[in-house]
Amino acid sequence: MSELKKYQQEIEKIMNDRTLTFWQRVDVLAKYAENLLDYPEGTPEEFYILDESREISDLHEGHGPIGPRYILPDYAKFMKEGSKFLRLDPPENLLEAVNSLLIFYRNAHSVTRFPVYLGRIDKLLEEFVIKEDYDKAKELIKWFLISIDRTMSDSFVQANLGPEESVTGNIILELMPELQNITPNVSLRYDPEITPDEFAKKALYSALKCANPAFALDKFYKETVGEDYGIASCYNGLLVGGGAYTLVRLRLGTISEHCKDSADFFENRLPLCVNTQLKFMDARIRNVVENRVFFSTDWMVTEGFVHADRFVGLFGLVGLCECVNNLMKKDGKEGRMGHDKEADQLGVRILETIQKAVNEHYCPYSYNHRFVMHSQVGADDDEGNSAGTRIAYGDEPELYEHLRNCGLYHHFFPSGVGDLFPFDETAFRNLDALLDIFKGGFNVGVKYMSTYLGNGDLIRVTGYLMKRSEVEKLKKGEAVVNQSAALVIGKSPERHLNERKVRSFDD
Amino acid sequence: MIKAPVNKIIPSSVVDGPGNRTAVFFQSCNFNCRYCHNPETINMCISCGACVKTCPAGALSIKDGKVVWDEKKCCGCDTCIKTCKHNSSPKITYMSGIEIWEKIEGNLPFIRGLTVSGGECTLQAPVVRELFTIAKQHGLGTLLDSNGSYDFREDPENLLDVSDGVMLDVKADNEERHMWLTNHSIDIVLQNLEYLASVDKLEEIRTVCIPGGLENEKTIEVVADILKPYLEKKNIRYKLIKYRHFGVREEYRNFVEPDEAYMNSLKKLAEEKGFRNIVII
Repeated sequence: MSELKKYQQEIEKIMNDRTLTFWQRVDVLAKYAENLLDYPEGTPEEFYILDESREISDLHEGHGPIGPRYILPDYAKFMKEGSKFLRLDPPENLLEAVNSLLIFYRNAHSVTRFPVYLGRIDKLLEEFVIKEDYDKAKELIKWFLISIDRTMSDSFVQANLGPEESVTGNIILELMPELQNITPNVSLRYDPEITPDEFAKKALYSALKCANPAFALDKFYKETVGEDYGIASCYNGLLVGGGAYTLVRLRLGTISEHCKDSADFFENRLPLCVNTQLKFMDARIRNVVENRVFFSTDWMVTEGFVHADRFVGLFGLVGLCECVNNLMKKDGKEGRMGHDKEADQLGVRILETIQKAVNEHYCPYSYNHRFVMHSQVGADDDEGNSAGTRIAYGDEPELYEHLRNCGLYHHFFPSGVGDLFPFDETAFRNLDALLDIFKGGFNVGVKYMSTYLGNGDLIRVTGYLMKRSEVEKLKKGEAVVNQSAALVIGKSPERHLNERKVRSFDD
Repeated sequence: MIKAPVNKIIPSSVVDGPGNRTAVFFQSCNFNCRYCHNPETINMCISCGACVKTCPAGALSIKDGKVVWDEKKCCGCDTCIKTCKHNSSPKITYMSGIEIWEKIEGNLPFIRGLTVSGGECTLQAPVVRELFTIAKQHGLGTLLDSNGSYDFREDPENLLDVSDGVMLDVKADNEERHMWLTNHSIDIVLQNLEYLASVDKLEEIRTVCIPGGLENEKTIEVVADILKPYLEKKNIRYKLIKYRHFGVREEYRNFVEPDEAYMNSLKKLAEEKGFRNIVII
């Protein structure tokens, strides 16, 4: 059979794949075409070996993507100036404002067909909301949220709130529990000195009811990413008007399996993997900047909503916990991460080693000429690797200890890290107490945390929201609106659901 | 160093005062309430040794005529408490204020305060004062959960100086019913009620509600009458606690558990009497 015939057969197979929706078939076709290209020039030979051994993962980004992975358009500029490409003048009232935004979102994109960042929606709408009749405003925002959920049906679509309280913020926090939507993923930019306790408690109530919003420590992201940061996708802190070119990940758990002991890991395997990933990221970024037309032609670039010099490379990792536990065992020691000081410190040493290499690496195109570290939430082919720096599901220590453990590792990751702390119904009894625990967490170094009701329908799956009921439907073979439901099922059903330890105040 | 018998320490309690708090439960109480939900905290262990024989984990032994508990071996099954005929527990640790503080210091960033309870916490006043003095130096809130038998007007142990307030039990409306329920006079409780309100140290009033048996309506009225001059100035919280069979000694388990309608009728009455902050749990 000729090569061409083989490709044609494969293409037909994708076109008729009954398990995919129409748009998913289009996406897979596009990726298939892209992957007929070679990996970009400059891809180190070691990459192919370490990809094969599953020690490095390129997250199925493809051999040569059309554009950057995460894009955070400057929506404030859009609201002020409108867009020639979209033929929109600046909005003058709330009706125009929500529709303008929805139009922008529909024309934006990222690694998926959807935007990963919707902006600080309370700030963007506030000036129009306060001029509108309250009930009318609430209705318009309600349908704005419903429209986002049903048309941008991907759990990596993210909107931001806060840190200030606002009329719009209050309306959104009241609507979310009622609507029970999956998208957008929402982060509250939380600053205990700016965000009023009552507003924060309202956010926690909403989180228990519908897993939204999560809390991001505003000060940390301002200091490390920049005053003008946005939280995009799962929990990625990136510059507004910029984004991230690419995200490549070390599977630390798998890497540790290839080592004799911790000395072998630090002297040989880790440097090899880190250097290979750095070089591979260089090659990939050069490809999207020099060989693709996004940064010279895309309307978001030409109209100044994003700028090439505000993009970074994300140096990702997963499986710190398994890495630490494996190396401890190989060194003949008993401790596990989250339960043993020496194990915890080994985790710190691993991250310091990686951080040093990442900070010493020069990349001409990345913002500040440096890559940023990212504690990635995990993918469906990460067996043997827990999400980022999280303690393995099922092995969580007592709550305060767990939060302190997060505090050891979170500060390494300005571009994204987080952990989940589901509670049961007892949390509703005393939202003050839940807020105390969140504040305590931030005090001991947590940078991003979320809660939800352990047995609720809307729950957080690693870093995004999912409806249990949708996952159940999908398992039965029914089509569902949200395309991310398929990620939950992945290669091993039930892999993510029901796993993070649910905390209770009923002791 | 004065030490007090500690029954248990809960790092995260959300029902013992505002926000997230660490709660310290002391052993022994001078009341003997029929509906007591944790009767194993009433008396000190007399080292009869009955629990040593039934402990499935081998965590209890007798040394020098006293029952000794090995926390490391304990599996937490509470067989000892079920065995005990003296309303006590062998799982007691004697601790000074400093020792308790060292045990809970690590909870500090996650909690806004400490609550001491029991048993009756004021029976351990010197240790409580030592603990609260340190807590105050670290900016923590400090609350006493008391049955009201300690004379707060005299305050011989200077507890109020280091306490933000008292969560006070008012268990009945008159001497007869209070004696029947607790085996202790109500006079001092009601005197404390007024005094604590007058010096702005009344954090909360608590009444366990049993339909029929306890005339809870009258208790609410008595409390409201005494607090009338203070309620306008301060929004004092009244916690109405549903009686539950759980934990109650078998011989007293014949009380009726209140339903929601009954609890709401009590809440309504309290509202009519001037309370604006009423919590049903």
